[in-house]
Amino acid sequence: MTTGPSPEPPTAAPLAPLDVSSAASASPSIEARSISKNFGHVTALRDVNLKLYQGEVLGVVGDNGAGKSTLMKVLSGVHPASSGQMFVDGHEVRYSSPRDARALGIEMVYQDLALAGNMRIDENIFLGREMTRRIGPIRLVDHKANQSQAMAHLDKLRIHVKSVAQRVEELSGGQRQAVAIARATAFDAKVVIMDEPTAALAVKEVAKVLDMIKDLRHHGIGVILISHRLDDIFTVCDRVMALYHGRNFAEAPLTDIERNDVVGWIMGNRSGQGVPADLDRN
Amino acid sequence: MTDIMNPQTAQVIEDAPDEPRRLVSAMAFIDRWGVLFLVLLMGALSFLAQPDVFLSERNIFNIFRQNSFYAMLALGQFIVIVTAGIDLSVGSVMALSMMSVAVLADAGWAWPIVLATPFLVGLAAGTVNGLGLTKLHMPHPFIMTLGMMFIARGITNLISGGVPISGLPDEVRFWGAEDLSVLGLNVPVSLLVVIITYAIAWVFLEHSRSGRHIYAIGGNPHAARVSGVGVDRTLVLAYALCGLLAGFAGLLYAGRTNSGFPAAGTGDELTAISAVIIGGASFFGGRGTVLGAFAGVLVIGMLRNLLNLSGVPSFWQQVAIGVVIIAVVAFDVFRRRIAAQV
Repeated sequence: MTTGPSPEPPTAAPLAPLDVSSAASASPSIEARSISKNFGHVTALRDVNLKLYQGEVLGVVGDNGAGKSTLMKVLSGVHPASSGQMFVDGHEVRYSSPRDARALGIEMVYQDLALAGNMRIDENIFLGREMTRRIGPIRLVDHKANQSQAMAHLDKLRIHVKSVAQRVEELSGGQRQAVAIARATAFDAKVVIMDEPTAALAVKEVAKVLDMIKDLRHHGIGVILISHRLDDIFTVCDRVMALYHGRNFAEAPLTDIERNDVVGWIMGNRSGQGVPADLDRN
Repeated sequence: MTDIMNPQTAQVIEDAPDEPRRLVSAMAFIDRWGVLFLVLLMGALSFLAQPDVFLSERNIFNIFRQNSFYAMLALGQFIVIVTAGIDLSVGSVMALSMMSVAVLADAGWAWPIVLATPFLVGLAAGTVNGLGLTKLHMPHPFIMTLGMMFIARGITNLISGGVPISGLPDEVRFWGAEDLSVLGLNVPVSLLVVIITYAIAWVFLEHSRSGRHIYAIGGNPHAARVSGVGVDRTLVLAYALCGLLAGFAGLLYAGRTNSGFPAAGTGDELTAISAVIIGGASFFGGRGTVLGAFAGVLVIGMLRNLLNLSGVPSFWQQVAIGVVIIAVVAFDVFRRRIAAQV
């Protein structure tokens, strides 16, 4: 870890909890403090902070290589952080695998969706967490229970599929995205991290996915949305934060900024609000 | 589970248009049952060529008896191929198990120990394959199991001095050579054993968590990993089971031939792979059924039987099997291209 001029925690920027969380002085659903991540000599993240409150949608923007994906992989347990702390509901946590993160209610929807195309919809939703029943000394997967639970969960998300027994490879891009989101929310998710969920979708399907994100917020699930599409950000987000060269660069509630500000942040121009005064570009 | 009910928005993510469905489901039907048609076709051809002999109880059961060890090898190979892997060592591991049986029996060990040995040998070799693949980070299972192929063959020659041993105890011969009377038919024990083993494997692969994880790893290992599936653990299990079944094949083969010979099973890993591929499993993993693998073994077995009964020299059998493999896979590719166009 380098010991360069350490910037003030950029959380000094406007970060007042928004409407949802301001009612109670609740702890953030997830908070990352001063996270750094090195790959060998390459510093991918440097002292990055992030807070997400219950029922909030946080947009994360930044150029390619700004550290968005690395930060999400740290939050979701794929990569351990090199240094820094993480808190879930105000309690410090450490985890070393996506499994640990999921046990804490931190779920990730990967950009490639991470679905097994050869498996049924219900098997994808419950992969690794299948319900089983006992028959004498052996434990078998309760396919019936998994299918009915999957169907019920998809109904709650108002995702309509012909049958949960369809293989995922038979579905359209939007349907696959829906299955990936259904998997992320199947077990008491607190936080759902989505990496470019609309990048591969047709226009018509993008709106549906954004509606689903609004739905998640409505039910108190925090969403971190990584997107290159400012349309996505400005449609569903409450707050947006920008990373630049692996550092916090700027953040603000969406009501305070315009598209040009966000475009500037992605390029590394600090014309917008909420930029820590002493944070310099690399 | 979080209650997700928001009356203001409704997502209806429609199904794909209905029109190409019929063709797709026809393709799915062939995908599922095509290899059984191939078995029926082989049966019909055999019957037409040799109407008196083919359907005799003796001939039918001979086919099963001769192919029971292939069925075991193919089942293990199938499990590994579902993970998108391959096991080149099954022929050698079968030989090592067979030779271990013969050597121990020859040295006068008690029969329970002799019977347990091939399973332990096979399980050990398969576990080493799995651990080598995952812990040594081998770039491809081809390499680990290629190494094991030579190692097992070498040990087979070492323990036997390269010389066959014949004359095994009845307890060993029972599994490969004896019949049991079932409903008035003299059914080979090895056929019953194969049926029971395939049934257990079907339950394991379709209805256990580990079995479903084997399919998931074959479909998308990244998805399996981030879903919390113990990918390495499951792979070791798959290769260990493959080795165990190769050991079982060694016992059946020793029983049928009443001997152990060090060159046994040379090239049989390729026959096992052929049966699995003819049976409709995908080389890229995640696809196929145990029933298909069994049918693949039958297709090869019946082809050999047909050519034998017709007096065709055995060298032509090799040519014929090669043609069948290519034809089946070419048809499969053709079918998928059609399916992709709709």
